[in-house]
Amino acid sequence: MNASSSMNNAILQVEHLSMKFGGLVAIGDLSFQAKRGEITALIGPNGAGKTTVFNCITGFYKPSEGMITLNLRDGNNFLLERLPNHEIPARAKVARTFQNIRLFSGMTLLENLLVAQHNKLMKASGYTILGLFGYSGYRKASAESIELARHWLEKANLVDRADDPAGDLPYGAQRRLEIARAMCTGPELLCLDEPAAGLNPKESAALNALLMDIKDNTGTSILLIEHDMSVVMQISDHVVVLEYGRKISDGDPQSVRTDPRVIAAYLGVDDEEVETVLTEVGDEDVIEQLDAGPDSAHGPGTSSSYLAGPVTDTIGHSEGERVTVSKGASRAGQVDERAKAAASKAASPAAKSAAKSSAAKSSKAKPAAKAPSGRASGKTTGPAAGKRGGRK
Amino acid sequence: MQYFVQQLINGLTLGSIYGLIAIGYTMVYGIIGMINFAHGDIFMVGAFAALIVFLILGALFYSVPIVIALLIMMIVAMLLTSLYNWTIEKVAYRPLRGSFRLAPLITAIGMSIALSNFVQVTQGPRNKPVPPMVSRVYTIDGISVSLKQIIIVLVTVILLAIFWYLVNRTALGRAQRACEQDRKMAALMGIDVDRTISITFVMGAALAAVAGTLFLMYYGVVVFSDGFTPGVKAFTAAVLGGIGSLPGAVLGGLMIGFIESMWSAYFSIDYKDVAAFSILAIVLIFLPSGILGRPEVEKV
Amino acid sequence: MAVTVSPESDVVATPVQRATREALYAGAISLGLFVLFIGLRTDQNISNELILVQRWGLLAAVVIATMVGRFLYVAYGQPFLANQKIVDVATGLLPESVATRFFRLPYFIAAIAIAVVLLLLAGSLDGLVGPDLADYARFVRALAIIYALAWVIYYFRVFILAHFSALGITALALYPIVVVLVIALYTGSMVGGFQGSLKWVDNFGIQILIYVMLAWGLNIVVGLAGLLDLGYVAFYAVGAYAYALLGTHFGLSFWILLPAAGAMAAFWGVMLGFPVLRLRGDYLAIVTLAFGEIIRLVIVNWREVTNGSAGISGIPKVSFFGLISFNVSDPNYIAKVLGIAQSGAYYKIFLYYLILGLCLLTAFVTVRLRRMPVGRAWEALREDEIACRSLGINTTTTKLTAFATGAMFGGFAGSFFAARQGFVSPESFVFLESAIILAIVVLGGMGSLVGIAVAALVMIGGTEALRELDFLKRIFGPDFTPELYRMLLFGMAMVIVMLWKPRGFVGSREPTAFLKIRRAVSGSFTKEGHG
Repeated sequence: MNASSSMNNAILQVEHLSMKFGGLVAIGDLSFQAKRGEITALIGPNGAGKTTVFNCITGFYKPSEGMITLNLRDGNNFLLERLPNHEIPARAKVARTFQNIRLFSGMTLLENLLVAQHNKLMKASGYTILGLFGYSGYRKASAESIELARHWLEKANLVDRADDPAGDLPYGAQRRLEIARAMCTGPELLCLDEPAAGLNPKESAALNALLMDIKDNTGTSILLIEHDMSVVMQISDHVVVLEYGRKISDGDPQSVRTDPRVIAAYLGVDDEEVETVLTEVGDEDVIEQLDAGPDSAHGPGTSSSYLAGPVTDTIGHSEGERVTVSKGASRAGQVDERAKAAASKAASPAAKSAAKSSAAKSSKAKPAAKAPSGRASGKTTGPAAGKRGGRK
Repeated sequence: MQYFVQQLINGLTLGSIYGLIAIGYTMVYGIIGMINFAHGDIFMVGAFAALIVFLILGALFYSVPIVIALLIMMIVAMLLTSLYNWTIEKVAYRPLRGSFRLAPLITAIGMSIALSNFVQVTQGPRNKPVPPMVSRVYTIDGISVSLKQIIIVLVTVILLAIFWYLVNRTALGRAQRACEQDRKMAALMGIDVDRTISITFVMGAALAAVAGTLFLMYYGVVVFSDGFTPGVKAFTAAVLGGIGSLPGAVLGGLMIGFIESMWSAYFSIDYKDVAAFSILAIVLIFLPSGILGRPEVEKV
Repeated sequence: MAVTVSPESDVVATPVQRATREALYAGAISLGLFVLFIGLRTDQNISNELILVQRWGLLAAVVIATMVGRFLYVAYGQPFLANQKIVDVATGLLPESVATRFFRLPYFIAAIAIAVVLLLLAGSLDGLVGPDLADYARFVRALAIIYALAWVIYYFRVFILAHFSALGITALALYPIVVVLVIALYTGSMVGGFQGSLKWVDNFGIQILIYVMLAWGLNIVVGLAGLLDLGYVAFYAVGAYAYALLGTHFGLSFWILLPAAGAMAAFWGVMLGFPVLRLRGDYLAIVTLAFGEIIRLVIVNWREVTNGSAGISGIPKVSFFGLISFNVSDPNYIAKVLGIAQSGAYYKIFLYYLILGLCLLTAFVTVRLRRMPVGRAWEALREDEIACRSLGINTTTTKLTAFATGAMFGGFAGSFFAARQGFVSPESFVFLESAIILAIVVLGGMGSLVGIAVAALVMIGGTEALRELDFLKRIFGPDFTPELYRMLLFGMAMVIVMLWKPRGFVGSREPTAFLKIRRAVSGSFTKEGHG
């Protein structure tokens, strides 16, 4: 209520959020902020825990630790981890969409948008009782809700199909409808889980336009998960990068784009690109070893998780996919490692041999944890790892 | 204590019969995800077939050793009941596979009504009592165990062993488990899904027929409406154990058997079914997927 | 489908060859199925021992009938049905459908003529042709009337479909009057008209309408909210016993107890709903079934209160809001008030309008609720529960309201049932009733009020009509009781209708709101819920 102005500037504050499934840490000590009126993108490779963060924010999961604060425009704030699932959209005004589209496929587009205005209409209908007797206030509210639905159908360019079943729409239109439906709840924070997945470039552009329109005209802040970099880089004001449940970078799109850890972790690492990065930090020894290719002892296709040996854990993830997490799988960690090695080399010539041996060791993938962070030991510096990352 | 052990034995007997029927429910549920409501009546048909075979044997031969008679009853009942279940699956369930989920449930209820009324029409609505087939009772330490009970438990154990072998150690069982996981994928891997499902129904029916024969031997009476109550109890057992899980079905059957015999012994015989159903509800509140069932993951 | 190619040779099997083979299979299977059950019959002899009666002739008849049926279906039925779908290349038209061939004007005129002639001769039929043929004649007359009605419906089907609800309500409102007038004309006196109408109003009218109301109530839970409830009859029982007990012990009037029974049933709906909210699909189904059985077993065993299996009798009749009574001994008995002859038919006709009113109330509330947020939330819940939660819908209360509303209508129907029978016993509340109600909901098409009403008419009316087939005794001998086959045929009809229309009579869904035009949503998009 009496939050300071800086607090109010951030609509969503995630602090020290952790989510554990059994022994697996899906999210570890994650903190970030989403500013009011901005589009914040949450990116990261598959299995980085992005959807888990969403599920924590929207109440489908109860986080193991941490605090998620939502500050509304009227000064009210809510601790989302304490609200029941359905009250998060109703009271804290957070709406979301789903990675696998969840529409009411047997209901028409219009009905989908009317369901989204449930709570408002329930109140207007006197919790059904007044409405049952044809109370005029309800009829007015009902007409208004149809107008709101028409407004969003127009925005989503779907008004021609308002009376068709939602299940009959093509994929791209279903995505737009899901966003329109979420907007009909009157949210202050809109969470979009991969809104551009499966869209063609034209549809993707239309989506960008819709999101920009939402941002500019409604004052709704947007938090989105996206793999499509064209969407992320074009529309987001702020990008948070996750890898294996931890934040590896946070900033505006430009700074994130050039962050070597992000390049390594998320964008996928091409050989040359790693070289560029390493040349920048100036470790020729590492480059030499990179050129030498993977150690023949490991055979082709050796992966980091394989080398990591027994320290793995798998869980049934929400989408049913299996997430295998291994210590030392973090590619961002590898960059850290290299940078550290390079830095120590630059610092003192005497340290050079040590760094060299360290790099040499890591390229031979001996399970020696050199990094003081202890997070990743840079076991796979081979190009194989870089190629696996792939380029989007 | 003696009284308690006595009830334990009674519960075990009852539970064995429930368990045998429950397997049929749980197998069909596992493989095509439908509640085969007609299964209880399949059990009743099995009991009736055994009864008629018993009467035929009595009419044809002056005396038949009871073991052989039981064996013949069981085999004929198994064959006949399998034919019934096979036909029902083909006529009433297969055309609806992959359509609306409630449609096969309704045809199953329809088949259940039709079967019990078919038996009523053809065999008459009255109770059918048979002379006791096995009447020896052993008394050890004040606990009486009848030969009937020993036969029931023994037959159940043998059948479960065979059944376990079939499901876990043979190509057929592998095909069944594959169909259970993913029918489309199993078909792509060259498994004849229709045949596998038919065999599942046949296996379920055969076990129900054995249960029917044992039921007839134990109680010495059968009537056309006998399919419903044991059917519902066995279904309850299957759900209690976790529907889709074979050990769960047996465990659930035994639990229902124990609950019933204990409740009738210590509280009131009138409310034994109420107790069984209430315990089902209570267990499901705490374990929504039954005792051994796989919890359904809520996918977001 | 009509032809198969055998792998060895390129000979294409003709339908007749195929049919012969199929008929042989069918014969073998039916022989296997029926040999013990039809070929032999267990019977008690004088000393109460079981003996076997041999009936090989009957077995042979059944097996041959199966074979012939299968042969005809495969040889002629299947190709005919397949041809019905093929457009004629020359004319570009579909072949003349069975219906247009069946419903022709000359046939209609003939049917009317037969019906009129037989109706006019009604009184003297027995004398003219003897009792045997007279029975057949009466059956032919009934067929002629049914054909004529079907003909009218067929030719005005477009108009009827367009105004179904209005026409249906009008027909239902006029039904008792028409029945009384027709029978009065037939017997030549008003008193005879009232007396003769008893069966038609009570067995057909009231009976069907009770099921319509129950099915509409269950439709809220199963059809709209997508929660599979196999123990709906429990709420019917709660309503019936609430009226029976409170009415007999405290002498409270029906008009007070009707809402009370509804409220009580709704309360039990919530009581059931709370623990099972977390359960999904078939787990929910079995717990609701168990709940239904628990209620019945408690009624059976709690003898001090419910009088056990013997049931409660002497339940007071409903009065017309206390103004007019239907008890002969009362001073305000209807015949005394209106100065007409005594008849039990007045009460039945009154009950008919009462249940019609209750049905219309159910329909009105359902239609209204569907267009309100709570009704939309029910349907949304059926479509996708997780999406509902993401939109801020409290799924717990939504499910509970569905359970409570459905249960309430079950309770209303129950108290009406108790008032109509004057007697309740646990026999009326067995699982079979739940199954029949659920079957009506699914056969009608989940969520569709019209479809459900038609399904109730077909299934309940059809089985009631079997009671009227007395003439069959002339064919199969006096021991033949068609009623015995009632439930057998009912079960088979459930299977056949479901195979024919897996989505029910009305598979599409009517949207609750529209921007430009109201277009029905095809059944292939609607989901049926997981809970």
